[in-house]
Amino acid sequence: MLKIKDLHASIEDKEILKGINLEVKAGEVHAIMGPNGSGKSTLASVLAGREDYEVTAGSAEFGGKDLLEMAAEERAREGVFLAFQYPIEIPGVSTTNFMKTALNQVREHKGLDPLDAVSFLKLMKEKMQLVEIDQSLLSRSLNEGFSGGEKKRNEIFQMAMLEPKLSILDETDSGLDIDALKIVANGVNTLKNKDNATIVVTHYQRLLDYIVPDFVHVLYKGRIVKSGTKDLALELEEKGYDWIKEEVDATI
Amino acid sequence: MTEVAERSKILEGLNTRFSSLNNSSDFHAIRQKAFDFINEKGLPHPKNEEYKFTNVTRILEKQFDISKKSGHAVGKSDVDALVFEGLDVIKLVFINGEFSLELSDIEETKGLKISSIGKAIESNDPQFLALFGEATKNNNDEFAALNTALVEDGSFITVADNSIIEKPIALFFINDATNDKNYTNSRNLISIGKNSQVDFLELFSTKGNNDSFTNIVTEILVDENAHGNYYKIQNNNDNASHIGTTQIHQKRSSVFSTYTFTLNGGTVRNNLNIAVDGEGCESHMYGLYVVNGKTHVDNHTAADHIRPHSMSNELYKGILEDNARGVFNGKVYVRQAAQKTNAFQSNKNILLSDTSTVNTKPQLEIWADDVKCSHGCTTGQLDEDALFYLRARGLSKTSARAMLLYAFAIEVIESVKLEPLKNYLEHIISERLHKDF
Repeated sequence: MLKIKDLHASIEDKEILKGINLEVKAGEVHAIMGPNGSGKSTLASVLAGREDYEVTAGSAEFGGKDLLEMAAEERAREGVFLAFQYPIEIPGVSTTNFMKTALNQVREHKGLDPLDAVSFLKLMKEKMQLVEIDQSLLSRSLNEGFSGGEKKRNEIFQMAMLEPKLSILDETDSGLDIDALKIVANGVNTLKNKDNATIVVTHYQRLLDYIVPDFVHVLYKGRIVKSGTKDLALELEEKGYDWIKEEVDATI
Repeated sequence: MTEVAERSKILEGLNTRFSSLNNSSDFHAIRQKAFDFINEKGLPHPKNEEYKFTNVTRILEKQFDISKKSGHAVGKSDVDALVFEGLDVIKLVFINGEFSLELSDIEETKGLKISSIGKAIESNDPQFLALFGEATKNNNDEFAALNTALVEDGSFITVADNSIIEKPIALFFINDATNDKNYTNSRNLISIGKNSQVDFLELFSTKGNNDSFTNIVTEILVDENAHGNYYKIQNNNDNASHIGTTQIHQKRSSVFSTYTFTLNGGTVRNNLNIAVDGEGCESHMYGLYVVNGKTHVDNHTAADHIRPHSMSNELYKGILEDNARGVFNGKVYVRQAAQKTNAFQSNKNILLSDTSTVNTKPQLEIWADDVKCSHGCTTGQLDEDALFYLRARGLSKTSARAMLLYAFAIEVIESVKLEPLKNYLEHIISERLHKDF
């Protein structure tokens, strides 16, 4: 589904990603872990099409198409979804209205008719239950005045509405209490099937108790320096990142 | 030297126009006084602080042949085109400044008296003569004086005490500049009686592409405990310049809201002055300008708190593209006697191009010591992070942009209480944000 080869990206002439190689197949869950500043969020942003980053080398293919050639909205319509680490507050735009416009533009791209008001509402109600979000929250301005947990649940709600092929969760667990974490993880697990894939970017192992990864990768200094199974995450939890840093720094 | 020559030529033109006026009515003395003021003071110079960013006198350099009445071909269909869906109003239509009884639709309404200014002047209407200039007596603006000196026509409306006027009163000012340049001085004088309630709309539009200039003054006297809303919608052609002064005088416990929507025009200058001259008054000032091309829109507002326990609230927002220019100057005066005043002011702008500009200046002058006043202004570009967030969900760049701009504008539109107008503005702004911007 996703093939990343030797991906380099920089922001304001500072190179952050220094050759990422990663392949994600349908049905898989990949966790990307790493210390602060290792490039985790940059990778998520580059995949989602944030224009602040310049891709200087390498390639990323999504479903056989050149992902890097596509504008952010094309990627979303093709089925890439980024759950933001810090969802943006937008006064004056309600989640409902926003989702209706987004969903219909995605549907149009797929050659489907727009959803009428009734079907949209039905779909929304169904997905709301999944993340235990209240309708009144969704009629309010997007993320404005939402608590951290509400913002993250809203991200997963949007993900549920758009049914992406590839979901990238950028530190969706940060700042969540255990109840909110369970709700978010449950949402993600329910949406998981053999045709879609998930990349979980996280700093903490805790989330991986609930969203169990098939692969764990450690990102450090802009490269994936170690890959393994979920046991790697447990090892990191126990031993921290220092041993990996030492290993890598010794070889440079 | 050339500027001096130009200015003296303008004054000469104004003199010719003034001399041609019928001087037999009692009103002529009022005209004469205002014209003397102009002759003495001259027209505003760009060095004048009040007109620093808007060279209004330049408008008059367009050599309007002001001694001549320009012809027009405005018919019922032109007026109907301006009446948006659901708008059920008492309709007064002015074409090139002149009242058109034929195109107007004035329903007999209890407590409401409507006459044209032209008729009031001609008939030496004593009530008109008594009320005229009451609200503007402390106004020293040159263009307001010019209007007084040269006023041709307009509306004189009185609402009796204890009258609730159900239908809003809409004043349509249509200028036809198809064949000739045209310059009008229109005037409205409105008096709202005690405990009464009424809504007004002023709608401006132009036909044809010659230069046109409207110098309009609206005086509104709001008596005790009266309520009213005043909506001004400016959607003129690129060559239409507009100087509008709205002068409001509020008495005790009255509540009055003004709304100024500027959608297009050449040079637009709006002066809004409110004397909050009673205890327990509420004054709301809302403004929204969504302009592109070379449109220059300048809003000068002043809320003068004279007595205690009143509040004023101001919210002006602007979206500017291309070479459009915006000016906002908001004055709040709180006199020494006006203790316990609450005054809030906010001006926010979004610039969509590198060549659009905004000059914004809040100006608070407070002599009382027990008041709550705040002001704030922001000018910036569209939030890139927000744009990315929307696009990352599949929205095209155009619709993401339109959605954010609309969200920015909606705060002002939502304050509109007149439902058909609100729908119309929602529609026109959203359409425009998708297309032109």
